[in-house]
This record gives sequence, structure tokens and C-alpha cells, in this order.
Amino acid sequence: MARITAGVGSSHVPLLGVAVDQGKTRDDYFGPIFAGYDWTREWEAKEKPDVIVLVYNDHASAFDMKIVPTFAIGCAERYKPADEGWGPRPVPDVEGHADLAWHIAQSLILDDFDMTIINEMDVDHGLTVPLSMMFGTPEKWPVKVVPLAVNVVTYPVPSGNRCWSLGEAIKRAVESFPEDLNVQIWGTGGMSHQLQGPRAGLLNREWDNKFLDLLIGDSDAARWIPHIEYLRETGSEGIEMVMWLIMRGALGHKTRLLHRHYHIPCSNTAIGHIVLEPAD
Amino acid sequence: MMDSKQNIHEYLAELEDIPGTRVYTAARARRGYHINQFAMSLMKAENRDRFRADEAAYMNEWPLTDEAKDALKARDYNRLLDLGGNVYFLSKLFSTDGLSFAEAVSTMTDMTFPEYRDMMLNGGRSPIGVRSIKGGY
Repeated sequence: MARITAGVGSSHVPLLGVAVDQGKTRDDYFGPIFAGYDWTREWEAKEKPDVIVLVYNDHASAFDMKIVPTFAIGCAERYKPADEGWGPRPVPDVEGHADLAWHIAQSLILDDFDMTIINEMDVDHGLTVPLSMMFGTPEKWPVKVVPLAVNVVTYPVPSGNRCWSLGEAIKRAVESFPEDLNVQIWGTGGMSHQLQGPRAGLLNREWDNKFLDLLIGDSDAARWIPHIEYLRETGSEGIEMVMWLIMRGALGHKTRLLHRHYHIPCSNTAIGHIVLEPAD
Repeated sequence: MMDSKQNIHEYLAELEDIPGTRVYTAARARRGYHINQFAMSLMKAENRDRFRADEAAYMNEWPLTDEAKDALKARDYNRLLDLGGNVYFLSKLFSTDGLSFAEAVSTMTDMTFPEYRDMMLNGGRSPIGVRSIKGGY
């Protein structure tokens, strides 16, 4: 039986991809950020997950305004890094796990989550930057990936509660897959940042750390945080943190903290990541 | 803590109560549809080249209002947000111009880019006083 063994929440700032691609990860600016991920990279190398269910948002790369799916799951065999206007990142193609992805898609629909199914798409920094942070610069990614794209751009985006419930349904879906697979779920994006308007540059260390606290243990308080609180406290793009709740929901009633890290700034953004395991 | 099934009118009204912020609501998405689709077209190198060669002619291929064309020409990103532009789509325009995300974002504030960069290095903009227009907190 497949099982979800761990969850990771992580920022996916595009500048981190640039730092990796240009070999700047240990300079004065990026050093403290990448040092925070050292523990996680070593841990991933030991854990050797088979598949990552990778929750992220597309940033006007695969999707434009023609079609805006709230929750979409990638069921393809393979995904290419997107050209986001500067040429594609020089990272390996991302290998899908079509059997597991289709199983999750079907299970979710039968569980009342009406997913959009994607058979072809390119994946942007939202998906490839977390892979770089967790696995460095391998010739080939050491895991297969099930991309799960969430609309966090056009309002209303899904509620925290709905995201958490989707995570719970993903857990049920994975646990009903007959093959023995070590599956992790990652929620990406955030933490506090605002990329628009006169209020741009807003960061909120205190709120971000309170959010990290809420993901640990048996509290479900984070699922009830309303959109307006993310917007007021963490900036207009801080809303991406609802994607971390899909990860948290998939870890069950209670979690145990393995690692956390927080750093300000990276470009316009507060960088945070957390590694959790189910503790039911 | 609150019920996630919120009244839609209250929900939408709250989104307009944040200082210096244009939340990308359905109303803005409708208004700015062609601005965003125009910007999205700059993902393709050949379109970037055609745009650079003659901005006005390229923009005339899109059903953009004169107001939108003026704002695009001026790279007035706050105005573009008011007209329904979204920063992820508009980023295709500023990457065509060779601007970094941080530099383009700084043009929407009352700071120069070096001032903005210093603010970020010193912990970013505090949320104190800019959470709510009505509440003033």
C-alpha cells in the first residue's frame, strides 16, 4: 500500500532557482537561505521518497486567463520546465507517476473533489524551485512527481478549509493505491510577500512564524484562517500559504516537527520551510 | 476563527479594504482580460521582438482601450493594476524590458529601487498601519 510518510512546506521564490542555476547558493546573500535547507537535503537523500505530490501554483506559464482551474492534477508521464520569458531553467525534465496520479484523480472525484485533469503542460518555478531546494542539481530528479496546481491568483481562491479537506482526501486516495510507495506531499509558495501596488514589500515575520507553529501538533486552527487575514497580514501574494494547508491536511490528525527554517529576505519575499511527519 | 462559508458581498467588500493593494478579483480579471492576455503573448520570443520593434503596432493587434495602451506605454504598473492587470501577467512585460521582479515592483511604491532594496534587506515593510483602510490599523 502507498503511504504518505512526510510533508514539506516551502517557499518557491524564482530567484532561488536563479541562484542554483548560476552557482550562487553559498554567497553572502543566498548562503543563509540555502544553509537552512542543508538539513532537509540530507534528510531527503536518506528518506528516498518514490513520489512527491507537489502542490504549487502556476505563475502565468502553463495557464493564462483563458481557463482558470481551481484544483488541477497532472496525470502525464513527463513535464518540461516552462519558458517563463527568460528561457526554460536548465533543470531535468520532471517525471510524472501517471498510475498514481490517475488513481488520485479518480479517487478525489469520487470523494466529491471535481478535479481538472491535465495531460500536457510545462511546469514553472513554482514546481522546479522546490525540487532544486530539496535535491540540489542532479542529472535526473530522484523522484517522480504528481503536480497539483492550485489557483491562488484569481479571486476567490479556494478557502483554507477546502484546501485542508482536499489534503485529507489526497491521504485517503494515496492509502488506497495498491503499490507499495513512499509518498511525500509538499505544499509550496509564500511566505509573506506582496508584489504589487504601493504596499509592495510587506513582510511579516511574526505572523509567518505563528503560521508555522499552527502546522505542528494536533491543532486545526490554520484551516479556519480567512483569506482577508492572509491579505492584511502577509501581503497579497502571502495567500499562497493556503497551499501548505493541503499538505497539512494530508498528514492526518497530528504532526511531529522534524525541521523548520525562516529567513528574511529573498528578493521581495520571506523564505520559510517546514518538514513534518504524521504522528497519529 | 470564522465560518469559511462567508457572505459573498462582505467577502468582496473586505478585499477592497487594504491600503495600497488591488486584489485580483473577478471584476478586475474581467476588466483587464486583454491587458493580461496581451502581456502573456510576450512569453514568445518572436512576439517580444515584434513588440520591441514597434510597440504601438503590436498593441494595436489587441482589443485594448486607449487608456490601457497609454498605461502600458508608460509602464505605469499601478494604473495597470487599476485597469485589471495582474502582476504575474505584467511580469512578462517587465521581463521583456529586462527588469528584475524586485525592480519592477519597486516602481509601484513611493521608493527608488535602491531604497526599496534597502527596505527589504532591513526586514521589509511592516504591516503596522497598512492592514485596513477603514480600521486604520
